Amino acid sequence: MSETSHMEAAPDALHDVAHHGAAIGWDSVLEWGLTLLSGGLILIGVFFVLAGALGLLRMPDFYTRMHAAGMTDTLGAEFILMGLMVQSGFSQMTFKLLLVAFFLFVTSPAASHAIANAAHKSGLKPKLGLYKAPSINEIDEHGSA
Amino acid sequence: MMMYLYITAALAMMVGMVLLLGRLISGPSLYDRALAVNSFGTKVVLFLCLFSFIIGRADGVDIAILYTLMNFIATIAILKFFRYRALSGPLTPLPNSKKFDDLRAADNQSGES
Repeated sequence: MSETSHMEAAPDALHDVAHHGAAIGWDSVLEWGLTLLSGGLILIGVFFVLAGALGLLRMPDFYTRMHAAGMTDTLGAEFILMGLMVQSGFSQMTFKLLLVAFFLFVTSPAASHAIANAAHKSGLKPKLGLYKAPSINEIDEHGSA
Repeated sequence: MMMYLYITAALAMMVGMVLLLGRLISGPSLYDRALAVNSFGTKVVLFLCLFSFIIGRADGVDIAILYTLMNFIATIAILKFFRYRALSGPLTPLPNSKKFDDLRAADNQSGES
């Protein structure tokens, strides 16, 4: 089907070349649009995943750490998988990626809830009040404040 | 063009894994470590998907599906083991089970205090 349309569009393409110097076909526009869309989705997902990892490393308290990890992991993973799905088109790969996205979407909040519930039941208290990050002078030689 | 993006995203996943290893080693409590392991598994799944796109084969996504489910089961198993100190028995206390009555009472006590 694409060959026939290509052959029909050939005179138009020659016309474009004669007038504008370059042939702009809808195929290349669609390809660039898909590339930009999937690239943007993957970059947004990478940003969220890195932000979640950094928050898990740097937050002061277990519950804030869990907030950083639990929120951003689900969102970043869904964005990256959406970008890969856009890139792979209608194929078996898209179905498998959809399965991965579905399982992550279901199991990641459930696991976060289980971890938070276990921590709460075991009596781990959240840090309340104004948090003040330890300054460089208060850190002893063992690396803890 | 897209290959560079896949490789960049895969390297970013590895950077995230290194950050999570820092929390995994220095986590003050067990639950920080469980959370880091869970998040690490999510990043491994994403890395597998990107890696199967980089090498151009569809096998990595199958392993990613498996890894997603294994990651969830592993998290639940770790939490259950460290709460009940055993993997046998139901996750929640059954209504008429003698075995978990004291556990349920201990749970209620720690929840109220």
